[in-house]
Amino acid sequence: MSPEETRIPITSETDIVIARQKGRELAAAGGFSGTDQTLIATAISEVARNIVEYAVGGEIILTPVEHQGRRGIRVVARDEGPGIADTELAMRDGYSTGKSLGMGLPGAKRLMDEFDLVSANGQGTIVTMQKWVP
Amino acid sequence: MSVPILKQGDILIASIQSALSDSDLVELRDRLAEGVGRARSRGVIIDVTALDVLDSFATRTIRGIAYTTKLRGAVTVVVGIQPGVAYAMVQLGLALEGVETALDLEEGLALLREKR
Repeated sequence: MSPEETRIPITSETDIVIARQKGRELAAAGGFSGTDQTLIATAISEVARNIVEYAVGGEIILTPVEHQGRRGIRVVARDEGPGIADTELAMRDGYSTGKSLGMGLPGAKRLMDEFDLVSANGQGTIVTMQKWVP
Repeated sequence: MSVPILKQGDILIASIQSALSDSDLVELRDRLAEGVGRARSRGVIIDVTALDVLDSFATRTIRGIAYTTKLRGAVTVVVGIQPGVAYAMVQLGLALEGVETALDLEEGLALLREKR
């Protein structure tokens, strides 16, 4: 566990706002431009909402990262919800089993530089996203 | 946090002051739908200048407000979408189809005046 990571428990919709505000703060501290801070905060909002909508509870873990001299931020959204049966389908624009528009996960992917989704039926979901300071 | 709604002539102005949770947005939708009838408004302005994020839920709810008030006889104009927020919405694949937008409050009021 990195000492620098920030964990935000996500159990209700007000936690979504807290998570994206914290993400913006860390992105600003990490040297991201105002526009990039907005993109990161929006991506966090989408994955945090997924937790509230489908899993009841989970957490967002924010970590400043550095790789080959580049700085960035890692966002992990983890829950122990029902999981996603078909992750390929879940990444398709407009596909949703909930009340949303189905833009959340594919949208978040477009907002970030790297995106990885691991999930299985009954085993929860882990979304890992990274964005690098250009 | 409840969004203050001001009445100016036959226009209602929802002036968002700070970050909104999902339920704040839903509450705003309900108050505006009702307020249009009570104030016999012909126009609604939603000022989102203070919002630093418009995610898929917020966009869908604002679009819902515009469609709802239209059915109640009022045109809704969304004003003050910040440049970074606009870019994020495009990346997300979201648009406010069929919803009037304007740069700021002044432009929004001018747009509603034109529509009379």
